[in-house]
Amino acid sequence: MFKLLPAVATATALLAGAPATHAQTAAPQPTLTSQQLAASFSTNTARFTQQGGETLYRSICQGCHMPGGEGAHSGAGFFPDLRKNQKLAAGAYPALVVLNGLHGMPPFGHQLDDQQVADVVNYIRSNFGNQYSDVLTPQVVSGMRPATK
Amino acid sequence: MHQEDDVKLPSRRALLGMIGQVAGGAAMYQAMSSIGYAAESDYRGPVKLSRAKPGATVLVLGAGLAGMTAAYELRAAGYKVQILEFNQRAGGRNWSLRGGDRYTELGGATQNVDFAKGNYINPGPWRIPYHHHAVLDYCKRLGVALEPFIQVNYNAYLHNTNAFGGKPQRFRHLQTDLQGNVAELLAKVTNQGGLDQAVTKEDRERLLEGLKAWGTLDKDYRYVASSATSDKRGYEIDPGGGLMPLAKASQPIDLKDILGSGMWAQVNSGNLYEFQSAIFEPVGGMDQIGKAFERELKPLIRYSTKVTRIEQSANKVTVTYVDADKGGAPRQASADWCVCTIPLSILSQIDVQVGDPMKNAIAAVPYGASVKVGLEFKRRFWEEDEQIYGGISQTNLPIRNISYPSTGFFSKGPGVLLGCYAFDNVHAFRFTAMSPEERVRAALEMGAQIHPQYKSEFKTGVAVAWNRVPFINGCYARWTNELREQHYQNLCAVDGRIVLAGEHASYIPAWMEGAILSALDAIERLHAKAQAA
Repeated sequence: MFKLLPAVATATALLAGAPATHAQTAAPQPTLTSQQLAASFSTNTARFTQQGGETLYRSICQGCHMPGGEGAHSGAGFFPDLRKNQKLAAGAYPALVVLNGLHGMPPFGHQLDDQQVADVVNYIRSNFGNQYSDVLTPQVVSGMRPATK
Repeated sequence: MHQEDDVKLPSRRALLGMIGQVAGGAAMYQAMSSIGYAAESDYRGPVKLSRAKPGATVLVLGAGLAGMTAAYELRAAGYKVQILEFNQRAGGRNWSLRGGDRYTELGGATQNVDFAKGNYINPGPWRIPYHHHAVLDYCKRLGVALEPFIQVNYNAYLHNTNAFGGKPQRFRHLQTDLQGNVAELLAKVTNQGGLDQAVTKEDRERLLEGLKAWGTLDKDYRYVASSATSDKRGYEIDPGGGLMPLAKASQPIDLKDILGSGMWAQVNSGNLYEFQSAIFEPVGGMDQIGKAFERELKPLIRYSTKVTRIEQSANKVTVTYVDADKGGAPRQASADWCVCTIPLSILSQIDVQVGDPMKNAIAAVPYGASVKVGLEFKRRFWEEDEQIYGGISQTNLPIRNISYPSTGFFSKGPGVLLGCYAFDNVHAFRFTAMSPEERVRAALEMGAQIHPQYKSEFKTGVAVAWNRVPFINGCYARWTNELREQHYQNLCAVDGRIVLAGEHASYIPAWMEGAILSALDAIERLHAKAQAA
């Protein structure tokens, strides 16, 4: 989409930062150059084209749940804290929330494919102090979508 | 349309079908999506409430435009009113950021706005359509001075990274050439007999005559370089005086490039009801409206107040709150009635004692994402170098818009652009997920593809991502038809002694008009119930 297309691959890799670990908090985010920032957007306005759990988290979720998964608690309301979160024990729950939204959180089901939903859920469930080792598959996500899309 | 000019044109469907045939499906889709839908304001002049019962009290939650409209009118009817407000200022989303302002978003990032004196950015609403009668009427009644907001500027740019080698095109060129080329095509189809079944011979002649005028076609129904077409799209050399060079007509863009541009919807966006001329802005920043209400209501407002619970009994409403800055022990306020304008994104997280229908409605509505970036440059290069005075350039880049200030034309010194307005799409989320500093850098990087001066002229910037705005956690209530069918009535109905108001309780979401109309409708119904009680 941009003139900067050659930088996309690099930016996406940088956005994902260090390889995923089971650290208590997320890896520190690298400082992206302005070109890398511009290239880190989706190539499509209707769907997220970013791939991989960490890149998707950095592209979407951390807007509200924050880079370390801590959420926000200083405002009139809050954004839930994802760290050591027992509601993530079953992968189906976060997958349903990502697909359908919850309260003010909008649904993302129409902007992410099954693989992307599975990836971002698996990322959250194995980071931020969460150590759920079972993996949510795209097939299971597919089955959770409403019959009519 | 005047009676004598009542040319019977082919139906819209027939026209779209033709565009589809000659230009392909993509062009037809663009043409269709440009046919907009807009809700009409139903304002019928100042609300007239009968005299309230002596001693009747109302608690208003939120000092945004909905809350302050409700408070202003209920007080005028004789109610004793108190307003609880989370922020240290009134206005809510009606908000402007100026030099010297300090803004801390959720997550803790603080921006110290460094704009020059007089410059500002409106993170929220920034324009008032001529048919938003309620907003305009309150501006008039409260003495808020308005000035024109320039929406469509024929000399601003349309930019698409995939068209014209990424080179920005002047709006007047694309607008005129699109119209001219479509007119030429349609004339061709008509002359080749393609419309013989659809319209009578007489009407075909009228159609051709109409197309000639509408599309600036020559005697052979061709759209070509001429003084006639240059009178619309502009000349290569403008007519001058004395012995200056002779005027030279400009060369229209080829049909093929027009069709490949993917810019049909952008060309048409200024025709939307919401964006048609005349359209206005308050002199000095959108927050002048909130400030005008605040001047009237200041003694009633309790600031820095975070509502934590809303209860009601048979004869009163009790609201529990804490100090938003200092915390401390919860306190309570009570009144006979309550107008709650807390956004649903926040209200869905508060313990509210209402019936299940309203509770389910409060929980059901997601909030849209939106990000604005204000960029201040050392000089108004868009005016000095490119003769763009106000208006909006549109791009397919994630920043979507570059909007030039509609005020302070020709002034020397720094000027502030709206350098990004991502609204309710994947890009708005990506911008939100960045730090404010990164949002500014990303907006600069993209905008420099349209204005290369960005890099050398940049002075300072500020970025507001609505999901990170501490008083709302989102931008606006993103209703769908299905959600409205299921929940809208229940959201708006008076529940016991509580009624909700705000843009979320309107059919004009994300607009100030929706907030005010919602408040007026809510207090009329609440007042009727209070009078009957």
